[in-house]
Amino acid sequence: MLKCRTVWRTLAPLARTSSTVCRQNARRAGLNNGRLPACVPAAHMSTAPAGGGRENQLYVLLVGATCVGGAIYAYRTVKGDSQRYQDRIDEISSRPLKTFTEEPATPTQSEPPAAPSPAEPSPPAPDAEILAPIETADLPSVWIASTADEPAVEASPQEAAEPAAALIVEEEPPAAEPAEARPGVVAEADEPVIEASPEEAAEPPVVEPEPSPPSEPTPAELTEPVADSESPAAESAAAAKPAEPQLEAVTESGDASPASHKVSSHTPYLLIGGGTASFAAARSIRARDPGARVLIVTDELVPPYMRPPLSKELWFSDDPSVTETLRFKQWNGKERSIYFQPPSFYINAEELGSAENGGVAVLTGKKVVHMDVRGNKIKLDDDTEISYDKCLIATGGVPRNLQVIERAGEEVMKRTTLFRKVEDFKSLDKVSRNVKSITIIGGGFLGSELACALGRRSTESDLEVIQMYPEKGNMGKVLPEYLSNWTTEKVKKEGVKIISEALVKSVVSKDDKLEIQLKDGRLVKTDHIVAAVGLEPNVDLAKSAGLEVDSDFGGFRVNAELQARSNIWVAGDAACFYDIRLGRRRVEHHDHAVVSGRLAGENMTGANKPYWHQSMFWSDLGPDVGYEAIGIVDSSLPTVGVFAKATAKDTPKAATEESGTGIRSESETEHTASSPVASSAPSPTGVQHKDEYGKGVIFYLRDKVVVGIILWNVFNRMPIARKIIKDGEEHADLNEVAKLFNIHDD
Amino acid sequence: MSYCKQEGKDRIIFVTKEDHEAPSNAELIADDPNDPYEEHGLILPNGDVNWNCPCLGGMASGPCGSQFKEAFSCFHYSKEEVKGSECIDHFRDMQECMQRYPELYPQDDETDSSSQEAESRSALPTEKDSTAATSTAEAAVSADGTSPTDEQTAS
Repeated sequence: MLKCRTVWRTLAPLARTSSTVCRQNARRAGLNNGRLPACVPAAHMSTAPAGGGRENQLYVLLVGATCVGGAIYAYRTVKGDSQRYQDRIDEISSRPLKTFTEEPATPTQSEPPAAPSPAEPSPPAPDAEILAPIETADLPSVWIASTADEPAVEASPQEAAEPAAALIVEEEPPAAEPAEARPGVVAEADEPVIEASPEEAAEPPVVEPEPSPPSEPTPAELTEPVADSESPAAESAAAAKPAEPQLEAVTESGDASPASHKVSSHTPYLLIGGGTASFAAARSIRARDPGARVLIVTDELVPPYMRPPLSKELWFSDDPSVTETLRFKQWNGKERSIYFQPPSFYINAEELGSAENGGVAVLTGKKVVHMDVRGNKIKLDDDTEISYDKCLIATGGVPRNLQVIERAGEEVMKRTTLFRKVEDFKSLDKVSRNVKSITIIGGGFLGSELACALGRRSTESDLEVIQMYPEKGNMGKVLPEYLSNWTTEKVKKEGVKIISEALVKSVVSKDDKLEIQLKDGRLVKTDHIVAAVGLEPNVDLAKSAGLEVDSDFGGFRVNAELQARSNIWVAGDAACFYDIRLGRRRVEHHDHAVVSGRLAGENMTGANKPYWHQSMFWSDLGPDVGYEAIGIVDSSLPTVGVFAKATAKDTPKAATEESGTGIRSESETEHTASSPVASSAPSPTGVQHKDEYGKGVIFYLRDKVVVGIILWNVFNRMPIARKIIKDGEEHADLNEVAKLFNIHDD
Repeated sequence: MSYCKQEGKDRIIFVTKEDHEAPSNAELIADDPNDPYEEHGLILPNGDVNWNCPCLGGMASGPCGSQFKEAFSCFHYSKEEVKGSECIDHFRDMQECMQRYPELYPQDDETDSSSQEAESRSALPTEKDSTAATSTAEAAVSADGTSPTDEQTAS
């Protein structure tokens, strides 16, 4: 095309003149045929039809010469252009050969410090070294591809596809042999070829041949060769390497490598976040996709663990070293750790690519800061990039804080605990042994459970436990008022001082104590505050990933199959999902994390199932109050409660003692027990009317349909409750429905 | 005698045992065994093993997952008189693998009872509501003492 244009340009003036000449000749001929006899122009022709033979000859000569000259000019221009093009290409291809032979010295020097072994590529330092001397304008041709040794060899089938590249590669063998053997060579057609190992298995040309020289990849792109090049050439290349996650570079936690890691790697399944939902998804993926390689990236420093014991069982343990072992007793008496699996279950991230049967690897202490959805890759806080095929976002949330506390300054913040993680448990445990007074702000699940746990401790020491909240009673947003009041009384019996209808106005630090000023004028003096006022879902990645955030419930907005966008799913606390039965919601419970994580894992392996199996939750408030719930349990909904007269037998404590088997409907994979049998705390069975709400079932209605059920001190009936919610029917008489639960039986 | 009271929008009914003795006339919709959305127990409607069943704990997904799957599949489809008698090799492989991870698969009674567990699990009924099955499965197996829900043992 260029040729034509060049040709035309060169010839245009000539063409114009010659066309004019032709036209004039034609006209002349035509005119002379007598069509327009009258229009014989007065203008003289340059050549008269007859006569002026000499002039004619001269004319012919002139025109001929011009034509020939023009043709020659055109020919030479075009030829020259193509020659120039060829020269340029040759020059470019010759350049890497030159730089390559110069460079080997540099990598060798920078490598020994970083590389654990000569053959093991240690990407960051050498990479930075080599890239420095090359200017942006040039085609950077040398970079490090980091691969685990074995997987690189697997790329050999793709080698054959690139004869041109192979040619260049073959020329290199002697030069490439020295230990590092990493620099890439630019093939003739601008295909970057990555040499991964001393065997020089040339990886598939990941960038498609650029059509023209100007569009050379910039050094910036090439610094992340695998990742970036995977995006344009993308799917075929990426799909062709499903068995090659190259992750060794990523695990800087183990290496002594210096900072700037510009090397990317790949994992088929990437799970962002290392909590319950993530672990459930990992398990689901491994069960369904044999040999799957799953990488979990978490900013916590520990592998996945379950949260419920942190506010329940761990506090009731008799073991003084519980903060170290993190072990608790389950309902069946067996001890277990809060960690889902011991560390030996997980494989190292470096080995993930080469593990024969795949496995689950956990990358701790790394935060994902950027997500490139188009390129199917994420970037960590240490600039490492990891590309993926399928990704799960299970980032959970961060505890909310009261604004008055945040504004109150360093001294107050130092004495405030936002309770969520293992280290929060450890620090609160320590604090509770060293201070005289702890105040818990918040009357929901976490606040009440912690209040009861600390209240229990207060019986052994002289610790004062205060719980304050804006509602009228504990669990005020969950339980209908009568039940909330009843529960509050029970919590008080656990040794907790309750301050209800309390709105915090300000908190100041005075004389080494904290003073909480309430809006109604009351003043509370305490040593330490635990704020349990809700969870803020972590949607930091929404911006870079272009994911929708729900304005009503918070969290990432996903569909009924928990999918945010193709290849991206969200599960757990951070997912605002569409529940086919109950509508759009976001649930912050343990069993939901398990159920949604498992579902996301299934869908990541192709199941395409919607959220259907309703998750449940449970809570224990001391030995007398235990309940399980399912569905939407919101105290603002009209409720119908059906209660039996309670006997002494109807408490979690009694039920455990009696049956010796599971009283807690087991949330499917990971479940934790109700509070283990406590030797203290006698249950008052005396006065009958005090135990009005001993056990029963409470139905929550929305437009006459049951959308939520609480099983109050009634256990092992969750499947029935689940069924009723699933049916979604209007029941005329809920007493009849309550009969299904046999609440009078044990 | 049952009585009822209303507190605002909340209704409270107190019932005696006698009140609840008459069978319920509440109508529940029959379960569709082929519902694609439903969670399944250990055995899928088409007869295959549901490797993602919570009742298996993490047995199918751990480091010895593939060995476990082979052994259990062999057992499941076995038509011998002594079910699984031809699967000894697979079970041995599985056992060997598990011995390499003593932390994940405690060796005290796991070795003998692994086959027992497999048997008891596969014998569990799955016709009912899946979750009922899973909870009964877990209850039944946990009665063994080697609870699959104890994640330390099963992965």
